[in-house]
Amino acid sequence: MTKGKSKWLLSGPFLVWTAAFIIIPLAIIVYYGLTTAEGSFTLANIAEIGRPENIKALLLALLLSLVSTVICLLMAYPLAMTLCSLKFNANGLIVMIFIVPMWMNFLLRTLAWQTLLEKTGVINMILEALHLPTLNIINTPYAIVLGMVYNFLPFMLLPIYNSLIKIDKNVVNAARDLGANSFQTFWHITFPLSLPGVISGITMVFVPSLTTFVISDLLGGAKILLIGNVIEQKFKQGNNWNVGSGLSLVLMVFILISMAIMHKYDKDGEGVTL
Amino acid sequence: MSNKLIDLVGITKSFDGEVVLDDLNLYIRENEFLTLLGPSGCGKTTTLRILGGFETPDKGSVIFNGQDITNLPPNKRQLNTVFQKYALFTHMTIAENIAFGLKIKKKSKSYIDDKIKYALKLVNLEGYENRKPDSLSGGQQQRIAIARAIVNEPKVLLLDEPLGALDLKLRQDMQYELIRLKNELGITFIYVTHDQEEALTMSDTIVVMNQGYIQQIGTPEDIYNEPQNAFVADFIGDSNIIHGTMIEDRLVEILGVRFKCVDEGFGRNQPVDVVIRPEDIDLLKPEEGTLQGVVTHLIFKGVHYEMEVMAGGYEWLVHSTDLFPVGTKVGISVDPFDIQIMNKPESEDEEAVAIDD
Repeated sequence: MTKGKSKWLLSGPFLVWTAAFIIIPLAIIVYYGLTTAEGSFTLANIAEIGRPENIKALLLALLLSLVSTVICLLMAYPLAMTLCSLKFNANGLIVMIFIVPMWMNFLLRTLAWQTLLEKTGVINMILEALHLPTLNIINTPYAIVLGMVYNFLPFMLLPIYNSLIKIDKNVVNAARDLGANSFQTFWHITFPLSLPGVISGITMVFVPSLTTFVISDLLGGAKILLIGNVIEQKFKQGNNWNVGSGLSLVLMVFILISMAIMHKYDKDGEGVTL
Repeated sequence: MSNKLIDLVGITKSFDGEVVLDDLNLYIRENEFLTLLGPSGCGKTTTLRILGGFETPDKGSVIFNGQDITNLPPNKRQLNTVFQKYALFTHMTIAENIAFGLKIKKKSKSYIDDKIKYALKLVNLEGYENRKPDSLSGGQQQRIAIARAIVNEPKVLLLDEPLGALDLKLRQDMQYELIRLKNELGITFIYVTHDQEEALTMSDTIVVMNQGYIQQIGTPEDIYNEPQNAFVADFIGDSNIIHGTMIEDRLVEILGVRFKCVDEGFGRNQPVDVVIRPEDIDLLKPEEGTLQGVVTHLIFKGVHYEMEVMAGGYEWLVHSTDLFPVGTKVGISVDPFDIQIMNKPESEDEEAVAIDD
């Protein structure tokens, strides 16, 4: 047997998996998206995105996921830098503490936030007991952003931490040695070298935020519809697979565009690959 | 000799309770090629990092050109460092790497361009401006690291085992290259290495360090020919270090036999350590030697034969271009000026020796 053939054999299970659960379903989505209920070709499903309520859901989803991504980035980057400089973090123990919440079920965590944020929830009970004004963000976009940031922050933290920890301390020292102050060193050296991690983090937060329907469902009280909710409704309530698939295709285009933009900045190709 | 440029006064530094440098005093002259030499963990790199501003000593001060710079950050110092693994900026081109320090100092574009050309010419890498560091070999990357440092016209260049990652042939070439560079630039080089050959080849002054103490400071010849203690003798090249007794001035007894030497002032019947370099031992016919013995091991080393000779109950290491097969009975003879007498160390880890010159 030649070496090349055995390599193909090894990847066999994955290829079967890919074909069965990725390529074929994708093809089915494309088929449904581009046909009527009767099976004839149409672009009407795609055009559904033009309806005011759908375009509103898409724009809101884009806005909220963008805001969440920015918040995650602003929180994760300084945190990653701190973690990298910790002496007792040699085996990544502290980093793991930030990852531990991910071991709990995603749905459970979001439900927990629902309970915490309710009008008569835990947070408000504490605030009332302290005679402080209550927090009424449940069922608002703020709660959705909170849910997104909470759930996806580790996905921003990890790649940034990994890219920062890989930077040779002497490279940073060299910049200082050549006359750069700490800000110049960060701006010209540390940040550019960590860019692959940043890019990968942005993609890993932005894409799931854009497509989520669970977070908006639970924390938005089914009143705030994101594009993910609209698609979910088409499939489950409206039982209209064709429109649902059509809107999915539109969303996919947005994701591909965002990834292409990210890829352009990821010169080293270490972060995201399409 | 020229002026003192840097003065390290009473430098003490410990990490996690472990003392790395203990009351280190050292000065460096202008235009000197000074090498800090010692085994790993001897404090040489810490000394360099304190000079560069990457560590602050617990006690003591660093005086540069008459100014106390102990607490000055690295970017405010007139020193530049060449790091062990080059530490080039991989996201920048070679030209951008070299220009980095000059851009920070807001030099004009034409000045920077001239400097890049000059520096690349100096390190024999003309035309590499637009390459990325990753596309260069180790030796080339090291040259770029040097170019990047020297365009800033530092008064002192600090080099932290810069040739450590290169293979033997390249390392030897780079040694000559560094000597040439130093002469062309006319600045002070402070060089850190654990390679004694490198130190002997390049330095004006060698500082031998061990366990945070300076063991000896001197020219390469001093260090090699007149080691002041057993550590230095052992670390610099191969040597036979034998217990002996100083009978009187210019006469020492080793292994029950008296040898003429040139050392004086040790007192009568004083126990001493005697250092004899393997290449300084003459193997003769048994009856012609001061001491008689038998060759027990023989290895061909290229330039010379390395032999072990059992004589007087001691296994002598001998280097000779003449071949004496294993089993040959030989006589050992050493010229008086090839015998180096040292005081016995006062403590186990060879405390710092007092240096005043």
